[in-house]
Amino acid sequence: MFGRNAGVAIAALFTALIAGAGAALAQEAGLGAPFDWQMGFQEPASPVMRDIIDFHNFMLWLITAITIFVLGLMLYIMFRFNAKSNPVPSKNTHNTMLEVIWTVVPIIILVAMAIPSFKLLYKDDVVPTATRVADLYGIDVAGEITLKATGLQWAWEYEYVDNGVFLFSSCLYGPDYWCFGGEAPEGAHRLLETDNPVVVPVNTLVKVQVTAAAVIHAWAVPAFGVKIDAVPGRLNETWFVAERIGTYYGQCSELCGQYHSYMPIQVNVVSQEDYDAWLAGQLAAMQPDRLKAPTTEFAQQGITPRRPLAVTPGIAN
Amino acid sequence: MTETTAGAHEAHGTPTGWRRWLYSTNHKDIGTLYLIFAVVFGIVGGLMSVIMRMELQAPGMDVIWGDSSTQEHTFNVLVTGHGLIMVFFMIMPAFIGGFGNWMVPLMIGAPDMAFPRMNNFSFWILIPSALLLVGSTVIGDGAGTGWTVYAPLSTIGMTGPSVDMAILALHLAGASSIMASINFITTIFNMRAPGMTLHKMPLFVWSILITVFLLLLSLPVLAGAITMLLTDRNFGTAFFDASQGGDPLLYQHLFWFFGHPEVYVLILPSFGVISHVVSTFSRKPIFGYLGMAYAMVAIGAVGFIVWAHHMYTAGMGVDTEAYFLAATLVIAVPTGVKIFSWIATMWGGSLTFETPMLWAMGMIFLFVLGGVTGVVLANSGLTTAFHDTAYVVGHFHYVMSMGAMFGIFAGFYYWVGKMTGHQYPEKLGQWHFWITMVGVNLTFFPMHFSGLAGMPRRIADYPDAYAGWNLISSYGAYISFAAALFFLYVVYRTFKSDEKLEANYWGEGATTLEWSVPSPAPHHTHEAPPTVR
Ligand SMILES: [Cu+2]
Repeated sequence: MFGRNAGVAIAALFTALIAGAGAALAQEAGLGAPFDWQMGFQEPASPVMRDIIDFHNFMLWLITAITIFVLGLMLYIMFRFNAKSNPVPSKNTHNTMLEVIWTVVPIIILVAMAIPSFKLLYKDDVVPTATRVADLYGIDVAGEITLKATGLQWAWEYEYVDNGVFLFSSCLYGPDYWCFGGEAPEGAHRLLETDNPVVVPVNTLVKVQVTAAAVIHAWAVPAFGVKIDAVPGRLNETWFVAERIGTYYGQCSELCGQYHSYMPIQVNVVSQEDYDAWLAGQLAAMQPDRLKAPTTEFAQQGITPRRPLAVTPGIAN
Repeated sequence: MTETTAGAHEAHGTPTGWRRWLYSTNHKDIGTLYLIFAVVFGIVGGLMSVIMRMELQAPGMDVIWGDSSTQEHTFNVLVTGHGLIMVFFMIMPAFIGGFGNWMVPLMIGAPDMAFPRMNNFSFWILIPSALLLVGSTVIGDGAGTGWTVYAPLSTIGMTGPSVDMAILALHLAGASSIMASINFITTIFNMRAPGMTLHKMPLFVWSILITVFLLLLSLPVLAGAITMLLTDRNFGTAFFDASQGGDPLLYQHLFWFFGHPEVYVLILPSFGVISHVVSTFSRKPIFGYLGMAYAMVAIGAVGFIVWAHHMYTAGMGVDTEAYFLAATLVIAVPTGVKIFSWIATMWGGSLTFETPMLWAMGMIFLFVLGGVTGVVLANSGLTTAFHDTAYVVGHFHYVMSMGAMFGIFAGFYYWVGKMTGHQYPEKLGQWHFWITMVGVNLTFFPMHFSGLAGMPRRIADYPDAYAGWNLISSYGAYISFAAALFFLYVVYRTFKSDEKLEANYWGEGATTLEWSVPSPAPHHTHEAPPTVR
């Protein structure tokens, strides 16, 4: 009987797939970067990402249960109501009670899901004050800094708004043509490592203002649960508190043209002392003329972009 | 009235040669043209995805021709072409132009569409549209904007003729769909056989009716948006240019006001086909017919007020996000009604598993899988993790590539005997299903994992850690494409078959009017309106 074979095959295929999804929950994760055959989220490094993972775990069980329920019904139907087992079909086409149930029960499930979802949204989406961080997440932040990230084609420019330090952060190595190349440090991640990583202190409220010069990009760091579009003419704001010292990677997450794949984001989370030392070094080394026009950076490297970098003065700088 | 019109048609007989096709005003011939068009572009779009998967099979840029001054851009052009072709030149022509043209008049007992000449124009205007789109990939640098054509990447970000050509291609395809929509609405409202009230209309006709309403209401918004792109690009306007006071996000709102109904345009006809197939092979009438029809109405209506869930990371403000989260979740309810009604239709039935039924059951299950990940994605609180990752690609291919495409194949195997008079080879049809089933799941399921791990979508090269799942996805894509080529062989074998077919070769379960006319359906049918009980 073909129906039986079909049922067994479908069951085998999807039990395997769903088991895989379940395994994603339990998987050991690396810190700050993806690893081979990863099936789940990256290890969280901020309270927002912990919230996201908790809610997603709840959702994953819910949708796995729904999928298995539907699969079970279909398999039962294949075995019980195939032409051999049930030669005479019923003529039943209405059952008001049943129709009410399968309308109302999903509504109840959705409401049960929407409540934590709204909570999550309103808790994490709004840029908080230090007090609010303490209230909501129980973290006493050490301080507060404001970082402005500007998406360029194809690199990120950062401004430490509080003290005027500029960073021009581009892909460290990958294809020779676009990334700056040079020697990669030991264990560096191709297409994730940048030449000038962002440096922030641990346990500090980092407010990130995000914009773009010419086309739309998106600034994202998965381990912080941060992703926000960088839109020309608009200053979007997001935030994170990094709870663990380490190196965290992300990638531009909005199609921005030819070298969209090559504009990674690297955030080094360091202790307050290391941060202070780094900042002092940056301030000492600052050359204002270099920092005003990112294009000169490319000129110094002897790189001619395929198209001139469109930098709108007043937005980018 | 109908008698005399039909008599006049009979007088000139069936035209032959190229005139039969180029000048065609016959809904069946035009439907056939649409189906051929869809198959051709399905292969073209599929080929593009195979090249993308070859490039993504391993880290590094090793496959796409050219050097690093063009390779990545070529990848983006393929992303764009694949999306636009599959949406506008494969799924829509297959369902609306193909099955819609063939089956709507047959199912409602009408002799043809209301405006046969406009029907002809709707099809033939697609040819220049397709030429423009294909041309946009070879003339100039190619349009590497993605199917969303977001400004300002599509305005100041991409000079040259390619994007203009792609925009004009969309304009023509849109005009084609608007004309087709007017045609279907008029046909369905005015040409139903006596006794066929709206509440007796087959569900496939319902699905097409709702679909064309969505098109009629949403396409003009797309047309406006891409016209503004065109003038921004060429005539110095600044609708979407922030440096001159425009707003890039305005484009996104306009696009998704069209784009979200558009995804229901792709899936609703599939719902219609699946209802017929499930009912036929369960040998039972559809369960909860009115609920099924109005669930589709509800999906269509709510589909217009959820567009900005595609823009959660654009920086909209938390209350706006909360609204779109709530509205999006609402859609799960009518969708659930459809799934459970199909299951209840099968429940107590006397099921056989011919090829159309395999596709239908595959569609139901895989659509559920794609649907539940859609519910996950609806939660704007999770969006900072999911937006623009491979997870989203996995999600929408489960609902589009499996939800819609499985529906197309279900419809093909279900109706091919009616349309051609040749029955498909059963064993080969089942092989086609199983190869596709393995291929698409291998392709798209791993995308959920790489998406969770953080892999962005639309990237030509990726960090080495994502290599594993991408390799699996690529193998899956090759299997899926092999299945598509195998389908061409099945079609060949179908036409070679000389098995004689009865009018209703599926037997007692097939009850709609198309089964009352001979197989193959003659050039003119329902010349006198049939009686509907
Ligand atoms: Cu970018």
